[in-house]
Amino acid sequence: MININISGASKKPIYQQIFDQVSGQIVRGELAPGTMLPPIRTVAKELRISVITIKKAWEDLERLGFIYTMVGRGCFVADLTAGDLMGKRSSMLAEKLEKDIAYYKSLGLTLHEIIEAVKKYYSN
Amino acid sequence: MTLLNVEKLNKSYPSFHLKDVSFSLDTGYIMGFIGSNGAGKTTTLKSIMNLVPKDSGNITVLGKDFTQNEIALKQEIGIMFGGVDYYTKTKIKKITEVVRRFYCNWDDALYHSYIKRFSLDESKKVEELSSGMRVKYSLTLALSHHARLLILDEPTSGLDPVARDNLLELFQEIIEDGEHSILFSTHITSDLEKCADYITYIENGHIVESREKDDLIDAYRVVKGTRDQLSMLAPNLIASKVHAFGFTGLIKVEDLAGNENLVAEPPSLEEIMIYYAKKGGGT
Repeated sequence: MININISGASKKPIYQQIFDQVSGQIVRGELAPGTMLPPIRTVAKELRISVITIKKAWEDLERLGFIYTMVGRGCFVADLTAGDLMGKRSSMLAEKLEKDIAYYKSLGLTLHEIIEAVKKYYSN
Repeated sequence: MTLLNVEKLNKSYPSFHLKDVSFSLDTGYIMGFIGSNGAGKTTTLKSIMNLVPKDSGNITVLGKDFTQNEIALKQEIGIMFGGVDYYTKTKIKKITEVVRRFYCNWDDALYHSYIKRFSLDESKKVEELSSGMRVKYSLTLALSHHARLLILDEPTSGLDPVARDNLLELFQEIIEDGEHSILFSTHITSDLEKCADYITYIENGHIVESREKDDLIDAYRVVKGTRDQLSMLAPNLIASKVHAFGFTGLIKVEDLAGNENLVAEPPSLEEIMIYYAKKGGGT
């Protein structure tokens, strides 16, 4: 079963939150290939989010190959090979890391300091 | 499919003008209609329904010209303008008996389900109802004839937070099948932050914005900075507020280019309204 929880306090746009959570569940294998996603309008009603917001998240998931649509039947989790999953995981990592590292650089941290900080907080 | 299309609607009063109001709403969505008091929300909604005669403009409902098919199209529309405030000495059961006769598709079972859902007592007189109850009764009448389009003026006003939340949930149930749309005005923008698909924003008789809610919010930023930064940025700002330690202002994303070092956050609908109103609105 798909799990989505929206945070009203997060600065992340809601469709981004939904995208991140669903793609995360697919990458971690919690949503098996071929799993049918609930209809957009049902998700909207359940989460109390606008239909268009959900649509946008689903479109992004489809564009990046996490799900596919069968006209008249609904959306399904794509059958991703282990290689695909690793690839997606690294590109998601790269995208986020690039922004984060730019921020740490702006604070004047060295590579060594960043790595030490990552080590410290990873084990916390 | 377009359920409601409003094109260049004009209406003049001695001290107020609706100017070329245009927007459209597709089947299956919720549109929030926002604006300050006196911005023209109710006048727009009443002009659409021909409750006040418009000076010019075209209204199309389900692809048909509204003026030429007014009686038939009104069957497809559920309207409410505030709580019921007529025949205050009459029991609501009696009022329902009158209203239902206007609608070919009146559904008594549906009506009673809403009476029950809203905990209304049909044997009460209008004057015995609280303002929240009057709003709920008014909504019940709008919802009981299988209208494709609901036009609701301030449906959440006078309702407590729990009742408002229940109502928004009901709105989403109504549009779930993709066949119904809801246009509702409100100045409680938090009602719209989540559930609205589209926002139409009117200020001083002009439509400032009418687009997808997410795109609207994405198109603006609230910026914060020092007073020195303000003088540089001022020509690009829609409006700003200066305080002792700096400023906050609203800016379009494209006008922010080159100032990425400023603190910039996506605005709430309320912030968009406040800054546009400060600017003088509508231009």
